[in-house]
Amino acid sequence: MTFKKGTRIKNQLLYSKLCPLIKVEPSIATSIGQIQLDKPVMLASGILGISLDVFNRLYASGAGAVVTKSLSTAPWEGYPNPTIFSVKGGGWINAVGLSNPGASNFAKMIEPNQDVPIIVSLVGSVPEDFETMIKEFENCKVKAYELNLSCPHVAKVGLEVGDDPGLVKAIVSTVKKATNVPVIAKVGLGTSNYLNTVSNAVDSGIDAITAINTVRAMAIDVETKRPILSNKFGGLSGTPIKPIALRCVYEISSKYDVPIIGCGGVSTWEDAVEFFLAGASAVQLGSAIGDNWVGVFDDINKGIIQYMKRNNYSTIKDMVGLAKKS
Amino acid sequence: MQRNHNHPTIVTIEKVIDETPTVRTLVFSDDVMPNVLPGQFAMVWIPGVNELPMSVMISKEPGKAAFTVRKHGPSSTGLFNVPVGGQIGIRGPYGNSFDLKEGKLLLVGGGTGLVPMMRLLTFVKSTDDVTVLIGAKTKDEVFFEDLANSLLDPPSNVIVSTDDGSYGEKGFVTDLVEKLVSKNHYDAVYVCGPEIMMYKTVQSAHSRNIFVQASLERMMKCGVGICGSCCVGEDLACRDGTVFDGEHLSTNKEFGHLYRNKAGILENY
Repeated sequence: MTFKKGTRIKNQLLYSKLCPLIKVEPSIATSIGQIQLDKPVMLASGILGISLDVFNRLYASGAGAVVTKSLSTAPWEGYPNPTIFSVKGGGWINAVGLSNPGASNFAKMIEPNQDVPIIVSLVGSVPEDFETMIKEFENCKVKAYELNLSCPHVAKVGLEVGDDPGLVKAIVSTVKKATNVPVIAKVGLGTSNYLNTVSNAVDSGIDAITAINTVRAMAIDVETKRPILSNKFGGLSGTPIKPIALRCVYEISSKYDVPIIGCGGVSTWEDAVEFFLAGASAVQLGSAIGDNWVGVFDDINKGIIQYMKRNNYSTIKDMVGLAKKS
Repeated sequence: MQRNHNHPTIVTIEKVIDETPTVRTLVFSDDVMPNVLPGQFAMVWIPGVNELPMSVMISKEPGKAAFTVRKHGPSSTGLFNVPVGGQIGIRGPYGNSFDLKEGKLLLVGGGTGLVPMMRLLTFVKSTDDVTVLIGAKTKDEVFFEDLANSLLDPPSNVIVSTDDGSYGEKGFVTDLVEKLVSKNHYDAVYVCGPEIMMYKTVQSAHSRNIFVQASLERMMKCGVGICGSCCVGEDLACRDGTVFDGEHLSTNKEFGHLYRNKAGILENY
């Protein structure tokens, strides 16, 4: 006997409809288009993502998937320290500078992986960069690719690419041709309207959108009277950007029929549920690890389950986009 | 308002002590750093230069702490060159600390790895039987010998070994560790220094079921467990450590063999 994908979810739905008096344990499995995950909270790109041993640990800690650091065609050392700044009242500004071992080295490192759903984040300037890197992962089990079209603190990549409509179309079309694995575009707030980036990615066949990346920001030390980060500018993450990210998810889901992953300031189950209600099918987090360490995944998963029980939801899908109906 | 330990606090260097031609101790006043636990570190910002993880050194003066730095690359040289009156930013303390055991203790330090050992000496009890091993390449690079003696009451064993035999016992400090643990039972061995030195010390002690802990050093960017730069296998040196038990380290494939460079690529020691 074979099971089709999603059979369990359908059976549970059927069961809950037929037997309204019997409480069914909610399932926090989720689908972001073709991407199916057992749990809806992922590790965001840029966080902790350079060792397979750490990926295994995060997966065991309750992460539904791990998104790798953004990989480039060649290894990058990133910027000198200080690369991170803690904002008083919450949040971080970072300018790590996309340090990464390069796609080729990284692919070799994750080749033994069988268990962990790994979403490979890629960063580049032209379509060929992405095409070249995807070839490196031929022997790896990759759950999805996430195109970084939104890093706010490195020249020639990230937001500079995301702000160029022609380039977004060319990159997404090229990547879609290069692989059968689902492709996600991670968008952020640059100099152009981010909804144009979403629109161009959707037109070019993107499978899902992650919204949003960090927001370009800076910090100045009043005693030494100079910018703290070595790169001067960095990206603001954590609780201060959650309301902005939430607004973006709501806007995208109102305008486009595309699966969304919410990212920006998720640190509690309420945050995750807010993103679901705004239209996201899953969430990513990073900054919360700095505050609450890796236990944050299980804490949020448990909170979501309790919330679903209270509201008689059997699947994540029951919640997605509900706030738009009110 | 309570101090946010993740937010850099600017302190002024009040005194600079030349320990050797290449090692200096920079002393400053602060509310938090004088009272950190042995093994804990701070992220130290040298404006315009870089930010480095540094074990927090003790000061004999109340309300003061210090950093002891060896000039090596551009960043450590930048810290080394901060003059009296110069400003640096500090955040932390970060990381765990050594588990304090009682009885017969062996403290092993190499180079600036002696810093957490000096702080550990301020926590030992007068009833403990403490031996301190100081490893150095040559006589010119020996420091903290007098300090270690002055911290021990009554003065117990402070043994110096130099690789070239120009001072103290001749040979690697790890050979001395092997000799001592084979002859004596220790209740705990603590080590901080170059990774190979720690690896051998952990092996010597752990293979004889002696409790041993090492404080690991890795390239760090954030210090708070976000960036992943300092990962050692599945462990993050900044957040899970920097102090690890020999029991745990003996199962870690990277300890003693591999470290990650700035791009995160594994390289051999």
